[in-house]
Amino acid sequence: MHYTFQWRVAFNALPDMLWGALVTLEVAVLSMVLGVFFAVVLALGSSSQYRAFRGAAATWVELARNTPALFQIYMAYFGLGSIGIQLDSFPALLAGITFNNAGYLAETFRGGLRAVPPTQMRAARSLGMGPVQAFRLIVLPQMFRVVFYPMTNQMVWAILMTSLGVIVGLNNDLTGVTQDLNVKSFRTFEFFAVAAVIYYLIAKLVTLSARLMAYRLFRY
Amino acid sequence: MSIEIQDVHKSFGNLEVVKGVTMTVEKGEVVSVIGGSGSGKSTLLMCINGLEPINSGRILVDGTDVHARGTDLNKLRRKIGIVFQQWNAFPHLTVLENVMLAPRKVLGKSKAEAEAIAVQKLSHVGLGEKLKVYPSKLSGGQQQRMAIARALAMSPDYMLFDEVTSALDPQLVGEVLDTMRLLSSEGMTMIVVTHEIAFAREVSDRVAFFHKGRIHEIGPPAQVIGAPQQPETVAFLKSVL
Amino acid sequence: MFETSFSLNDLWFMLKGAGVTLTVTFWAVLGGSLLGVAFGLMRAVSPWWVNAPIGFVLDIFRSVPLLIQLVLANAFKSIIGLKWDPFTVGCVVLAVYTAAYCTEIVRAGVLAVPATTRRAARSLGLSWTQDLTSIVFPIALRVALPSWIGLTLGVMKDTAMVWWIGIVELLRSSQVIVTRIHEPLFVLSIAGLIYFLMSFPIARLGARLEKRWREND
Repeated sequence: MHYTFQWRVAFNALPDMLWGALVTLEVAVLSMVLGVFFAVVLALGSSSQYRAFRGAAATWVELARNTPALFQIYMAYFGLGSIGIQLDSFPALLAGITFNNAGYLAETFRGGLRAVPPTQMRAARSLGMGPVQAFRLIVLPQMFRVVFYPMTNQMVWAILMTSLGVIVGLNNDLTGVTQDLNVKSFRTFEFFAVAAVIYYLIAKLVTLSARLMAYRLFRY
Repeated sequence: MSIEIQDVHKSFGNLEVVKGVTMTVEKGEVVSVIGGSGSGKSTLLMCINGLEPINSGRILVDGTDVHARGTDLNKLRRKIGIVFQQWNAFPHLTVLENVMLAPRKVLGKSKAEAEAIAVQKLSHVGLGEKLKVYPSKLSGGQQQRMAIARALAMSPDYMLFDEVTSALDPQLVGEVLDTMRLLSSEGMTMIVVTHEIAFAREVSDRVAFFHKGRIHEIGPPAQVIGAPQQPETVAFLKSVL
Repeated sequence: MFETSFSLNDLWFMLKGAGVTLTVTFWAVLGGSLLGVAFGLMRAVSPWWVNAPIGFVLDIFRSVPLLIQLVLANAFKSIIGLKWDPFTVGCVVLAVYTAAYCTEIVRAGVLAVPATTRRAARSLGLSWTQDLTSIVFPIALRVALPSWIGLTLGVMKDTAMVWWIGIVELLRSSQVIVTRIHEPLFVLSIAGLIYFLMSFPIARLGARLEKRWREND
């Protein structure tokens, strides 16, 4: 073994990488917020009485679940260009991950909705609540508990997926920054090892805060 | 002031479960509805507060046609409390919050007011010590009493009970019946669908015997339970007593 | 009129790429499942001081992007002078990655068998091994199989990342063609369709199995 590790180079780059981590987190959070929005639309669409809505929702969900995330990001970056939508690396990555999140979350939400027994709605209505009120006060909070854990999982997935941005030329997220440093110095292992640790810590931070939140939110 | 049921028919698909029922429950009365499973008695309760639509006939609550277009069901349901066989506690709320919710959100009472009402109703059904507990920590009987308090907190004029003891362990039935006895002694108007014949006989002003979607006999308990006229009633009572 | 420079040769090239995707998936899932079953059983029956370290290490593979794992493994291989080709590196990394998930699936499956069921089996005179082979495994399999199918499909999709270390699989092969004929939407759509055809039927099968078994419970 003739290789000598040079960790100092990597540690010197730590501030740059942490700034990159912030971009990573930004993409992940945005993709989750947008993903939740579209997932709700998809979940509603899949129970619509119109065939076209059901078909569109099913197509989105099945494409998101049955093709690679990287493919979806590619489509956003290269594919959409053919129909005149030129996306930069950042929006392409965001669009790809959002598409993916929405597909998975839509299924999660549908499951969550089924998990709340219809008798709950009936009991709420019998107390004089309107349908919207009963849904908001009785069904939604219970559904939220069911989908909370899968949602945190999806968030961790989203964070890990952001690393694919480098493949479509993103250079200011954690992986992008790391790759830039790597190209300049060729200390591949050191840089990517540090990046791995940062990803790990972010993932754990998210999981841990979710667990704390769950502990405070779901006391029943 | 009364609930008037006039020739009500109700079907699920091709299956007609209520086949022309007529009866009137006056304010202050306790009417028990007995009969075999699937005789349509629970369905009728759901029709009274509009949780189920009806196919024909009319149901008037204090003169308001429940199933008429334009009837504000949410408003109507405020004066009709219902307690289900499965108590349907809201699992994400504490006992106190379960009972406070509707007075606050439906009647628009302040938090303090709602809490005062809830505490009073819960104490009334013997759950004054369990205010901050989540329903999952309660026994079935306690959850059912909570459901009664939840309905009472809306100060309803009528209370409907849908086989409220059927899903309970035998040793828990008594506490729920006691609560209902208390209500009837206070003059609450009640329609009680039940399998507890002895209880029906004790608290009711009138008893209605349901069979295959129709009322076969209705009258004072001493008559319907004590001296039934129809062969179906006799057969039913023989099978449950 | 739609015109394209996409030729049958290109399609053949992509199908070969799909073949590579499936081959990598096969080895990764085979290795990962064997490891996963071993670790999973270990996790299900071991005391905490065995269980916790295994859990901790495997969790790392689920908390670091696969792309980074591939780059790290590739770099590490060069550092220690291993003469593995990228294909081997890709398979090994994906196998370990698969094992990390498979372990949890197997563990959850075994733990899903109620203690009372096992006690009942033992009370009938079944030995510890008989209990495992004729009671625990069949029940655990039912719980685990739908998740395992999901995992396999997940790994198949994740193989798209191995081109970063130089393997020409389905996505990379379509990229090669895109670079030549400049019809990204069309070529990528074909790639997507191939992925979909490889994944969707199996996903459906998994969903149906899960539903049927749940109904029989």
